[in-house]
Amino acid sequence: MSTEHTSPEPEESTTVSDDTVTIRVFRYQPEKEDDAEPYYEEFAVPRVDGITVLDALMWARDHEDGTLTFRHSCRQGVCGSDAMFVNGRQRLCCTTQISDLAEPVQIDPLPHQGVLKDLVVDMDHFYDQMHAVDPFFDPDELPDDPLEEQRQSPENREHIKLSTRCIWCGACMSSCNIAAGDNQYLGPASINKAYRFIKDEREGEQRRDERIEQMADDHAVWRCQTQFSCTEVCPKDIPLTEHIQTLKRDAAKRDLSLW
Amino acid sequence: MNRMYCDTALETHIPTPFGPSTCDMSEPYDRGLVEDYGRWREFAPGMWAWILHKFTGWVLIGYLFTHIAVLSTALDGGATYTATIQGLEALFVVRVMEIGLLAVAVFHILNGIRLLMIDLGIGLERQAASFYISLIITALIVIASVPTFLGEVGV
Repeated sequence: MSTEHTSPEPEESTTVSDDTVTIRVFRYQPEKEDDAEPYYEEFAVPRVDGITVLDALMWARDHEDGTLTFRHSCRQGVCGSDAMFVNGRQRLCCTTQISDLAEPVQIDPLPHQGVLKDLVVDMDHFYDQMHAVDPFFDPDELPDDPLEEQRQSPENREHIKLSTRCIWCGACMSSCNIAAGDNQYLGPASINKAYRFIKDEREGEQRRDERIEQMADDHAVWRCQTQFSCTEVCPKDIPLTEHIQTLKRDAAKRDLSLW
Repeated sequence: MNRMYCDTALETHIPTPFGPSTCDMSEPYDRGLVEDYGRWREFAPGMWAWILHKFTGWVLIGYLFTHIAVLSTALDGGATYTATIQGLEALFVVRVMEIGLLAVAVFHILNGIRLLMIDLGIGLERQAASFYISLIITALIVIASVPTFLGEVGV
C-alpha cells in the first residue's frame, strides 16, 4: 500500500463555506521530475445551484490549474468517461450533485486501475475484458432485404432493457474486490454485456451456446461472490449481480443431468 | 495489458536484489489496494455480508478441529471425557466462547440461506435488508441463549 503521501481522511481544518465548495483532488503528474509521487490538491470552487462534481473539476481546471487532467465528454451521463472515486464511492462526476455530498469533496481516480495522470486511469484492461465477450450481434439469419430491420418482440426488449444501458464507464469493475484480485475475471460489465446478447432472442442459437460456455468458466460468472458492489455503484442502475446470477443458473443448467 | 498489475507497491518498498523498482515512470501509477480494507467504513451491506460469511466460515472450520480434539479424549475412556468436559464447562471463558460459536453458527446459517436465495434469483433487490435481518435474528437468538450458557458456571 502506498499511503505515506496521502491521508485517508479529509483534513479537519478545511472550513465549509457558503460561497465556495472545496474539492480535494488526487494529483499525479509523472512528467514532472520533482512530482513523481501523487498528492492531494484543494480547490475552492464557487458554489452555484446544481453544481456537479464535474462542473467543479472543470471550474478548477479552467480557472486555477490548466494542467488538471480528467476525462469527460458529454456531461450528461451518457458517454461514461468521467467515472471517478468521489467521497469513497465510484460515481459519474457529471450526474453527481455536490449538494448530495459531504464536503470537502474528495475526488480520486477509479481504484484498481493504474493512474496515467491526475484522474485519468488506464482503461485498457477493462476494454480488453469487454471485448473478450464479443460485444456484437451474430444472428443466424438476416432479413433478405438489407434495409429491413431485425425485429425483436417488445417483451424481449423489456427483458434485456436494463442490460443495454451500460455505458462502459468501468465503475463496476473498479468497485469489484474479486476483479481486483483476479485479472482474468471478466468483471460485471463484461458479463452484463454477454447477458445482453444471450437473452436477446435475435442472437444465433450456436452463438448463444458459445456465449454460455464462455460464461461457465472459472473466471467468468463463477468468480462472482455476490458482494453487490457493482450493483451499488452502477450509475445506470443495471442490476449487475442479478444478471450474473441468472447466467450462473444458465451455466449450471447447461451441464445438469440426472446421472 | 498486465503491466499495471506488476506489483509496484511491493517493488518500490521492499529492496530486492534487482534494484528498488522495475516499474519506471512511464508506467501507470499503481496505488495498491486503495479502497479494499482501508475504507472499511464505506463498505456496503453486501460487502459486510461477504466478509462476515468468510470469517464465520473459517471460525466454524477452526471449531471443528477443537471439537474433534475434545471428542477424542473419549478414546481414553468415558471418565477422561467426562473430566475434560467438566473442566472446560467450569470455565467462564469457555461459556463465553460457546456464545460466540452460537453467534457465528447462526449467522452463517442465516446468511447461507440468504446466499441460497440470491443464487436462486429470489429477492436480490432486498439483499441488504435480508443481511440486516440475518444480523437481527442472530442477535436475538444469542441474547436469548445467554442464560442457558452462563447459568451454573462452575457447578
